[in-house]
Amino acid sequence: MKADLVLNAKGLACPMPIVKTKKAIHTLEPGQVLEVQATDQGAKNDLTAWCKSTGNELVDFTNQGDVLVFWIKKS
Amino acid sequence: MTTQKSTNIILFSGDYDKAMAAYIIANGAAAYDHKVTIFHTFWGLNALRKDEHVAVKKGFLEKMFSKMMPRGADQMTLSKMNMAGMGPKMIKKVMKKHNALSLPQLIEMAQDQEIHLVACTMTMDLLGLKKEELLDTVELAGVAAYLAGAEEGNVNLFI
Repeated sequence: MKADLVLNAKGLACPMPIVKTKKAIHTLEPGQVLEVQATDQGAKNDLTAWCKSTGNELVDFTNQGDVLVFWIKKS
Repeated sequence: MTTQKSTNIILFSGDYDKAMAAYIIANGAAAYDHKVTIFHTFWGLNALRKDEHVAVKKGFLEKMFSKMMPRGADQMTLSKMNMAGMGPKMIKKVMKKHNALSLPQLIEMAQDQEIHLVACTMTMDLLGLKKEELLDTVELAGVAAYLAGAEEGNVNLFI
């Protein structure tokens, strides 16, 4: 999937992945897609919950080895 | 989102690990676009102390308190396995290895995310802490300010 912005959050521990995701999504326009790459295994549940609560759409998710990749569409 | 949700945390504890938990939740809540306030009281006030000595006029007992309490977040001790200072040294090493932010870094991030850092004035008086000794962005308040936030709040924690 093509992303408008890629956020490298690999190696970062909680709460950095969601703090950085929030900052990155604020720089985008509604409808644009943010790709987040994280290695914190808690990020799967964290980012899913964050999207649900903030109203942004988690379009896709893959697990590439140790790296979790999320595509989030800004609402 | 119609109205902004809010998270209100009381940090009573002066333990490094408990303060870390408080600041991680606070920073997470800020990423949820909550209005976040950490209300520091009693030993939790030490997290807000500047790490350098600030010359202020104090009575004898207040001076003693200031000397005995940790000056700033980095000097705080662990709630378990402190082992006369060995524990904090070890946990800071492990945190670095796992890329976790230190407590001073978490506080800096909280300021960056515009989290309200509030100091309880009643306990400041008890422990003899003056505004000049605390971080510059700290707001002063009492129980009413906390309650006003908490009664409207969505997440309320006492740590």
